[in-house]
Amino acid sequence: MNLTDSSHAQGWPKSLKAETRALSFSYASRLALKNLSIPIGENQITALIGPSGCGKSTFLRCFNRMHDLYAGNRYEGEILLYPDRRNILAAEVDPIEVRMRIAMVFQKPNPFPRSIYDNVAYGLRVRGTTERYLLDEKVEQALRSAALWEEVKDRLLARATSLSGGQQQRLCIARALATDPELLLLDEPTSALDPIATASIEELLLDLKQRVTILIVTHNMQQAARVSDWTAFMYLGELVEFGLTKELFTTPSKKQTEDYITGRFG
Amino acid sequence: MQLMSKSIMAMQQTIPIKSLDAVAKAAARRRARQRREWAIEGGLFVAALTSVAATVTIIAVLLSESIGFFKTVPLTDFFTDTLWTPLFAAPHYGILPLLAGTLVTSGVGLLVAIPLGTVAAIYLSEFASSRLREIIKPTLELLGAVPTVVYGYFALLVVTPGLQRIWPDLPGFNMLGPGIVIGIMIMPFVISLSEDAMRAVPMILREGSYAMGATRLQTAWRVVVPAATSGLVAAYVLGISRAVGETMVVAIAAGQNPNLTWNPLEPAATITAYIVQVALGDLPHGSIGYQSIFAAGLVLAVMTFTFNILGHMLRKRFREVY
Repeated sequence: MNLTDSSHAQGWPKSLKAETRALSFSYASRLALKNLSIPIGENQITALIGPSGCGKSTFLRCFNRMHDLYAGNRYEGEILLYPDRRNILAAEVDPIEVRMRIAMVFQKPNPFPRSIYDNVAYGLRVRGTTERYLLDEKVEQALRSAALWEEVKDRLLARATSLSGGQQQRLCIARALATDPELLLLDEPTSALDPIATASIEELLLDLKQRVTILIVTHNMQQAARVSDWTAFMYLGELVEFGLTKELFTTPSKKQTEDYITGRFG
Repeated sequence: MQLMSKSIMAMQQTIPIKSLDAVAKAAARRRARQRREWAIEGGLFVAALTSVAATVTIIAVLLSESIGFFKTVPLTDFFTDTLWTPLFAAPHYGILPLLAGTLVTSGVGLLVAIPLGTVAAIYLSEFASSRLREIIKPTLELLGAVPTVVYGYFALLVVTPGLQRIWPDLPGFNMLGPGIVIGIMIMPFVISLSEDAMRAVPMILREGSYAMGATRLQTAWRVVVPAATSGLVAAYVLGISRAVGETMVVAIAAGQNPNLTWNPLEPAATITAYIVQVALGDLPHGSIGYQSIFAAGLVLAVMTFTFNILGHMLRKRFREVY
């Protein structure tokens, strides 16, 4: 892709999938995100890094309005979703509609207590698809995209909880992909996995970005450096630095970023 | 640091000096401590033993009295005879009428309690605000504190007359009214336990479902309920055991005539109603009538026991590892 190189100079993605504008967020009594403006490049992987409690997961969960599930949470500012440039935080926007377009994979694999097939078909069924052949096709496609098909094709009706941790997480990725989301949110998706399972998921993400824009929260700076095109470094709810991953990790412009990525704090 | 190392040095110096005396004293203290531990352990063991002993005694009494009964009444008669008239001049000892009465009243009760209880639990766990939940749950538990005799008269004097408006031919004693009241009676337990089971489902499963674009109802029905299956089964089994063992409601409102029928609109006696009826009479100890209540009780115990084992097996089958 030429895209990355041409936008290199500006330090800003050329083609956007989403963008936050002056996004602030507060839990019942605590301001957690302060005035964040971050672009999410289309078909790119954007990584959010920063020490624990810096607000990176909170930021991620704004995108699918996960915070709406709990009372007292408040958003300010905008998240524009491209190409329609709609502010998905607007009061009149139905969070369910937003979640139909934006899928999420959680830190801990959370397969539903049902069969492998039912897990992958879940989003489609929620959207009202009942035709068996459509479901079959989509389930196979999603499992193939998540590099899990070969391992589970003979036991699609087995309980999803019988899979190993790494397989469960790939199943959750398949579940998220089955509905063809425009944006995929990943909240430390490998933090509960061993190095081999982690490597296979990272490889998967690199394949997936042809099809879907990815926003990933990670604790692991090597992971951010390996998989992402863009990196945002956050600290105490504020954006410290945003830029191309290869620049941010080699020539950070802020002292704080440098200290963090060299392991001097965090 | 310096202070600590000094005190360690001080200890090292003092130990050898008073060693003989100190060792003997330490050994005495250890023995005293061990005796205390044994006493406590023994006390706890006796406490645990009491409940086991009570259970064993009950089973032993049921069995020994039943053996006397089955010496007179062959097992084949007991399980095939369609009449239960132990106190008549020409006695029959077929348990089927009582069994049918028990199963019909419990069945009606469960048909009321399980669907309504589950739906109410889903509402409380997934939809109600925490403030509403804090009001409703204690209220439900209050329902469990109403004496069963009150429920009995409620069935006889309120529910049955109400049902008679729908079925004018419904007898004053019937199994439907008490069955419904049993359902109302066990519903608080079903709701409370089912709600606990659903609330124990980790939030991350719900979030996973919401993140897929699911509504609250879809999440409750397709994720939370399946995840809580093991706890729900436990709640239902407890409900079944209570329904089968329920005595006062059926003794008061279902009539006390053994009647082999599966029609809930008819009157009938249940096992428990028969036991309470005979136990309150003045049958001589050791008579066949007296022994018959133990045989009936044994059947009841075996039924409850079977349900509990079944529940345990189902619970294991559906247990979720979160």
